[in-house]
Amino acid sequence: MYCSEIVGQALVITLEGEFDLHTAPPFKEHIDTQLHGKPEIINLIFIMSKLTFIDSSGLGVILGRYRIIQERGGQLIFAAPSPQVKRILELSGMQKISKFSNSAREALELI
Amino acid sequence: MDANWMKLEFPSESVNVQFARTTVAIFASQLDFTLEEIEEIKVAVSEAVSNSVIHGYSASHGNVIMKVKYTPTQFTVSVEDFGRGISDIVQAQESGYTTIPEERMGIGLYFIQEYMDEVSLHSEVGKGTKIVMVKTVKPIQG
Ligand SMILES: Nc1ncnc2c1ncn2[C@@H]1O[C@H](COP(=O)(O)OP(=O)(O)OP(=O)(O)O)[C@@H](O)[C@H]1O
Ligand SMILES: [Mg+2]
Repeated sequence: MYCSEIVGQALVITLEGEFDLHTAPPFKEHIDTQLHGKPEIINLIFIMSKLTFIDSSGLGVILGRYRIIQERGGQLIFAAPSPQVKRILELSGMQKISKFSNSAREALELI
Repeated sequence: MDANWMKLEFPSESVNVQFARTTVAIFASQLDFTLEEIEEIKVAVSEAVSNSVIHGYSASHGNVIMKVKYTPTQFTVSVEDFGRGISDIVQAQESGYTTIPEERMGIGLYFIQEYMDEVSLHSEVGKGTKIVMVKTVKPIQG
């Protein structure tokens, strides 16, 4: 499950539950719909405190959306991931293209 | 219990990825794995079953067979499909290699190698793929 809101130039997406092969496609559609036709959105912030599981299918969706905002010169921020989620984000190499923050507010301060 | 096993067969539907990893996690909880180790097993199972669904059967459908067993020293999960197979097994296991670069990162097999202690991949083009993943059962501390 997820919900999102636009804060300034950022799309803030709150993730809840598990993201895998089955749940990643509607999540991708949702973000793409939000980004489409709104070039003013250049940053993506994922609030991960309630994300309990993610695997390569979920990470692939995040990387794909990052490519869109990268072209817009924006940033990718992961807020409040659990230790397990943080570890898989690091293993995926995604920490090289993103920043971590402890909370949504801190994430907004980073951009 | 010193040893136990189970076998599960299901169609290659994406909803069954969660079913498979959760079932294995519950079975693994019969042993003294840490929560972190259980999470690692869940990721590995999720990756292996996802690969069978996405790559093994891609557009078609088929069944996935998952076998899980443990002894006092080893917890073993095998995931088998009867789909397309892999032509170059060495290349498939390179981190970042994927045949669907538009939407995938090519890191599933790499995660499995990182999270499990022994991994072997067997495949034949046109016949199918079987991955066997072993997690060492550590003796109880103290
Ligand atoms: N069961 C399978 N049947 C056929 N091909 C497979 C199977 N498992 C893996 N492969 C092949 O090996 C490649 C690498 O697999 P891996 O899981 O590492 O990456 P991916 O599935 O492509 O991407 P990701 O796992 O990051 O979503 C795949 O792109 C695919 O070509
Ligand atoms: Mg994969």
